[in-house]
Amino acid sequence: MSSEILNIQGLQKYFGGLRAIDDLGFAVSEGQIKSIIGPNGAGKTTLFNLITGIFPPTQGMFTFAGKILNGLKTHEIARLGISRTFQNLELFPNMNSLENVMLGCHCHTRAGIFRAGLRLRGMRQEEEKIREKAMEELRFMGLEEKALLGAKSLPLGEQKLLEIARALATQPRLLLLDEPAAGLNIRETEALSESILRIRGRGITVMLVEHDMSLVMGISDEVLVLNYGKKIAEGQPREIQRNPGVIAAYLGEEAGNA
Amino acid sequence: MKPKDLYIVFIIALVIGVFPWLTGRNEYFISLLVFMGINGMITLGLSLLMGYAGQISLGHAAFFGLGAYSSGILTVHYGLSPVAGFLFGILLSAAVAYLVGKPTLRLKGHYMAVATLGFGEIVFILFNELSFLTGGPSGLSGIPALAVGDLSLEGTAYLYLVWGLVLLLLLFSLNLINSRVGRALRAVHGSELAAGAMGVDASLYKIQVFVLSAVYASMGGSLYAHFISFISPSSFSLMFSILLLMMVVVGGTETIWGAILGAAVLTLLPEYLRGLEDFEVLAYGAILMAVLLFMPKGILEGFQRLWARAQGGS
Repeated sequence: MSSEILNIQGLQKYFGGLRAIDDLGFAVSEGQIKSIIGPNGAGKTTLFNLITGIFPPTQGMFTFAGKILNGLKTHEIARLGISRTFQNLELFPNMNSLENVMLGCHCHTRAGIFRAGLRLRGMRQEEEKIREKAMEELRFMGLEEKALLGAKSLPLGEQKLLEIARALATQPRLLLLDEPAAGLNIRETEALSESILRIRGRGITVMLVEHDMSLVMGISDEVLVLNYGKKIAEGQPREIQRNPGVIAAYLGEEAGNA
Repeated sequence: MKPKDLYIVFIIALVIGVFPWLTGRNEYFISLLVFMGINGMITLGLSLLMGYAGQISLGHAAFFGLGAYSSGILTVHYGLSPVAGFLFGILLSAAVAYLVGKPTLRLKGHYMAVATLGFGEIVFILFNELSFLTGGPSGLSGIPALAVGDLSLEGTAYLYLVWGLVLLLLLFSLNLINSRVGRALRAVHGSELAAGAMGVDASLYKIQVFVLSAVYASMGGSLYAHFISFISPSSFSLMFSILLLMMVVVGGTETIWGAILGAAVLTLLPEYLRGLEDFEVLAYGAILMAVLLFMPKGILEGFQRLWARAQGGS
């Protein structure tokens, strides 16, 4: 078995009486694209929020590359090498695209208030490096020409790509993409799927929450299906497509006919 | 920092440099500029806190007061040098800001405003009640002028000192906002959720900028105390906190220049309205309302917009 980068055991999350995640356990192998699918409200985004420490689990344990994530704050988890995008875009509206991506370099740079305020020499070099790295990521996502435009002035599809560029700038080992294709047209979705494959090509493990089944089935190495917070299936896309439980719960007639 | 910023800093330095000589070193004008500088120093810090990090403080008169009373008490009661008072004020304000900021910066928006307002009121009451140190409501007098050796800094020299410091703090702030720290502050303002997910420790930056803004205010307070040689609690009331906030808002919270412009305008405005006598406050209020109605992003942005339109029209 290839090495595990993320391991989740006995995960539970209750919101009051609602079991958003119910006794969930799975592992993600390094370098794969693992998709999480399931009907609306199945707990997919909750799972991402739990992994990134936005709220604590009711029960359960996460380990990332051998380190226990429980109890760490969001920014500490980001520093360990987990980055993400958001379902409802969380770009910084008060910055341009380049600055948004430059912010992604925050983890790997160091200048504090005094070094920055006095503009010491090391800081200027660092700033130059940040700019280069951010431009590199913009170029990687095909957004280099939009660098100086306000992040929120871009069309939706490009805002989604910009969030990915920003997440890549943190130099993650694991990237969580929350519905990156929502609202994209077919051509944009195709470009996105190529981008995700190129991200995996850089050795970055990808977890993908997505409703677009052709995207999921086309690029995933493994698929995990959630329903009401429970795992109902896990395996390669082909197995998932044939799994009767999944068809009943989620894919419905469309997949049944396929 | 952008070249244009440096250019404007240079122009301000030039104007302040020659102004006293053009006006025959008129004491009234010089003191106006000194007050403008002191207010500008405090609003610079507030602009970082409000405009960049998105945190509201209604308690900055307290830090201004802590600086002023540190300088006043240490020089009058303990015979220490003004420099010692100045530095003590900075340390005291930084420490108090840290202790107050730790719990209050977890609050958001209005709650943060109310919490800092409460803090400002407590400090205001202390200034009144600790009369063995502060002289109570009747104030503390006989604060010596700043001196370098035997040469006391007054008039034009003091003006240069105050504005020299303002420009240094301005350069520091401009460097800061054009760095990873400045981006982190804006990120916290833009989306705290995303900032955290990108590795920004939001609470760390909020407390740092809160302490920094308290230090700016304390410096202003020390300079104020030595300039007018008499301080009393009424200068450090909630009204002054609100005035500071208004300076930042009227100038414009989107750039640091708004803070300087707002401080300048609201320091001068009452002087020009003085001729209206009983109607002064009325006119002052009306002007503020008009500014915020027609230039909601502040006069700096408003004039830039007008300028752009005039250019386009010609």
